Amino acid sequence: MLLAELVKLSAELVWASLKWAEVTGNHPRQWAKPSPEKRINQLNHCANSNICSVVTRWVRIRVFSPCGMFHLIISLPQGVRPRSRMFQIIFFGGGWVFFLKKLFRDYEVHHWVVLLVFSVTFALSCTLFELIIFEILGILNASSRYFHWILGLYAILFTLIVVLPFYIAYFVVKNIRFVPQKGHVHVTLTVTAWLIYFYCFWKIGDPFPILNPKHGILSIEQGVGRIGVIGVTLMAVLSGFGAVNYPYTCMSYFVRPVSDADIQILERRLMQSMDMTVMKKKRICLAKHESQKHASMNKDYGGIWGMVKSFTASPILENINTLKQEARAMEELSRQLFLESVDLHNEQERRDYLKTLKGKYFNVLGHFFSLYCIWKIFMATINIVFDRVGKVDPITRGIEIAVRFWSQQISFWIVGIIIITSIRGLLINLTKFFYAIASSKSSNIIVLCLAQIMGTYFVSSVLLMRMNMPSEYRSIITEVLGDLQFNFYHRWFDVIFLVSALSSIGFLYIAHKQAPGKGII
Amino acid sequence: MAQIDKVRILVLGDSGVGKTSLVHLICHNEPILNPYWTIGAGVEVKLHEYKAGMPAEKTYFVELWDIGGWSAHKNSRAVFYNPVHGLILCHDLTNKKSQQNLKKWLTEILNRDGKNIKDPNDLDGKEDDVLWAEQYDKSDTDFDEEGDDIYEYDPEQYAGAAIPMLVIGTKLDLIQASHVTTPSRGFNIAEECGADEIKLDCTCTKHLAPGTSNSVKLSRFFDKVIERKYYHNRDVTQVRFSTYTQKSYR
Repeated sequence: MLLAELVKLSAELVWASLKWAEVTGNHPRQWAKPSPEKRINQLNHCANSNICSVVTRWVRIRVFSPCGMFHLIISLPQGVRPRSRMFQIIFFGGGWVFFLKKLFRDYEVHHWVVLLVFSVTFALSCTLFELIIFEILGILNASSRYFHWILGLYAILFTLIVVLPFYIAYFVVKNIRFVPQKGHVHVTLTVTAWLIYFYCFWKIGDPFPILNPKHGILSIEQGVGRIGVIGVTLMAVLSGFGAVNYPYTCMSYFVRPVSDADIQILERRLMQSMDMTVMKKKRICLAKHESQKHASMNKDYGGIWGMVKSFTASPILENINTLKQEARAMEELSRQLFLESVDLHNEQERRDYLKTLKGKYFNVLGHFFSLYCIWKIFMATINIVFDRVGKVDPITRGIEIAVRFWSQQISFWIVGIIIITSIRGLLINLTKFFYAIASSKSSNIIVLCLAQIMGTYFVSSVLLMRMNMPSEYRSIITEVLGDLQFNFYHRWFDVIFLVSALSSIGFLYIAHKQAPGKGII
Repeated sequence: MAQIDKVRILVLGDSGVGKTSLVHLICHNEPILNPYWTIGAGVEVKLHEYKAGMPAEKTYFVELWDIGGWSAHKNSRAVFYNPVHGLILCHDLTNKKSQQNLKKWLTEILNRDGKNIKDPNDLDGKEDDVLWAEQYDKSDTDFDEEGDDIYEYDPEQYAGAAIPMLVIGTKLDLIQASHVTTPSRGFNIAEECGADEIKLDCTCTKHLAPGTSNSVKLSRFFDKVIERKYYHNRDVTQVRFSTYTQKSYR
C-alpha cells in the first residue's frame, strides 16, 4: 500500500513539473501531430495500389471509431509484401532455436505451448525493431509500414496482456500442491487469476497521466500506455543498477589480485572443514548404532531393568544432539568457504582471460562503457534539474547538424547497434537468470515470465527510442501511437534511473563496508 | 572409529535431480524433510557390512559425497573429486536431458587433472591418479568459446579407469507407469557403461527397504567398491593395462 502511494505521488510530481514547464513557457518542443485529414491526404498521395486505398479506408474508420481493429482484420489486403514475412519467419525460428538450445538446455520440453508462445513473443518483438529499421531505410512504402506497425502492436499487446498471463496462471495453478488435479478446476482458477491480473493491470494506468479520456477501451494507446509504464520503470531500474554496478566491478578487479597459493590455502581449509564434518557424522553414526544395539538388547528385559538401561542410554542421545549441531555448524562453514573458493576461481579465470587478446580488447571497451555509464547518470541529473525533456540526445543532435547528408546511414547504424546490443544483452541476462533460479518444476513458469519481461522491455524501448532518432524518422512512432504523452515517459525514465542509480550506490557502499578487505582471511 | 576403514563414493548429477534426498534416504532410512540446494558438497556416512553373513564379514564406513550440481560452481568442484572409489550417477526420470548430461559429468570426473590440493595426508589414491594421467591423453577435451568443454566421451575410458559405478533414476512417482515399463529408446548410460541401474522415489522408504531388489543392488555395489579398493590393490597395475582392450571389467 505504501508503495502504491509513493508511486502515485511521484507520478503526480513528474506530471506537475511538466505542466509547470509548459505554463512558464519552457515547454519542450512538442512534436507536430498532423490532423486526421492531413494524414489521409498524405496517404492518398502514395502509389496507386490496392493496398493504399484499402489502408485509406480503414484509416478513416480507425481514426473515428475505436473499434476499427475489426475492420482491419476483415479488410486484410492480399498483396502484403513477402519480404517482411520472411523476416518474421527467421525471427520465429531464431526464438525457437534459442529456447531449445540455450534456455532449456538441461530440461525436457513437456509442454510445446510454452515453446510456441515464447517464439511468437520473440518474433513479434523483433518485428517492431525491424519496422524501425525499415522506417529509416525507407524500405516499404509508408502506408504498408503503418499497417504493419498497427498489426504488430496489436499482436504483441494481445500476447502480453492476454496470452502470457493466462498461461503463467495456468502453470502456477497446476504446480500448487493442494489443488485437486482436475482439468476444469484448473481452468476456472486460471480464468479467475487472469481477471484479477487484468483488473490490477487496468488500475495501474490511473495514477499516471498517460492518456486522454477520448480514447476508446480497445485502442492501442490504452494497452501500450500501461505496458510502457511498466516497461519503462523496469528498464530504468535495471539501467540504473547496471550503470553503477559495472564501473564498480571493473574497478574492484584491480584491487584484489589473486594467486594460486591463495586458492590452494583456501581449498585446504575447505577440505579440512569437510573432513571434520565427516568425522562428526561418523561419530553420530556410531553413537546411533550403539544406542540401537542397546535398544535391541533392552527389549529382552522389561520393567525396571528396561528403565534403568534407558537412563544410561540417554547421555548417548544428548551427545548425538550436540554432535548434530556441531556438524551443522561445520557444514555452514564449509559452504561459506566453498563460495569464497568459487569467487577466487572466477577472479583467476578472469585474470587469465584478460591476458588473451580478446580479453584485453573487451577490457578497454569496458573502460569506455564505464565512462559512458557515469556520463549517463550525469545527464539524467542535468535533465531533471534543467527540465530538458524529450529532446534528442546530444550525440544524435550532433550528428544531425554535422553530417546532415549522411544522417540516414548513421542513424541506421546507431539505431541498429542499439537494437542489437539491447536484444543480445537482454537474452544473455535472461539466460543467466534462468540458469540461476530454474528447477525442473518451475522451468515453464519462469520461461513464460521471462517472455513477458522480454516483450514489455522491447515495447518500451520502442517508445524510448524516439529520443535516439532524428526527427524525420520518429514521426512514424508518434503517428502510430497517437496521443501518448511521450515527454512523460522520458521524464519518468530519467527520474527512476536516477533513483535506482543512487540507491545502488548506497547499497554497494554498505556492502563494501560490511566486507572490508574481502579476500583471504 | 579409527579402526574402521572407509570408502569414498561421489554422487553426481544435475542440479535438482534429488541427490541430497537420495543420500539422506540411504544413510538415515527416512526421507528428508526440507531439502535445500546443495552448495559445495554434502556428506553423509553409512556403516556397511562387507560380505554380510559370511565369515569374512567386516564393517566399513561408506562416505557418500553429494556434489552440488550448479553449473556456476563448476570451476571449484574439482577439490572434492579426489580420492574417489565409486560413483553414483543420478538422473531425473521426468527429464531426459538429465540423463544425457550424465555423459558430461562422467567426462568431468574421469578427466580431472592432478591439480588438486597438495595435501601430504592424502596419499590415499594419489598413485592411481598419476597412473591414469599417464595413460590417457588429456588433450582430448576441447573448449568452445564460453569455456565449456566439448565433451569427448569414450566408454573405453570409463572401462579402463575401473571405477565401480551405479546409475540411479529418481522421482519415480512423478512419471506414469507406462514410461517405466517401456525401455527408453534414447541414450542409456547404464547400458553403455555396463553398470547397474535402480529406479526409485526418494521420498518413500519402501523403495530401499531391506530385501527389495533395489537394496540388494545397492549393497552389491558397495561391496564392489570396497573390494576394488581394499582387496585388489596388489594386482591393480597389471589389471589396469590389460583392460585397455576389454569392454568392461568386473
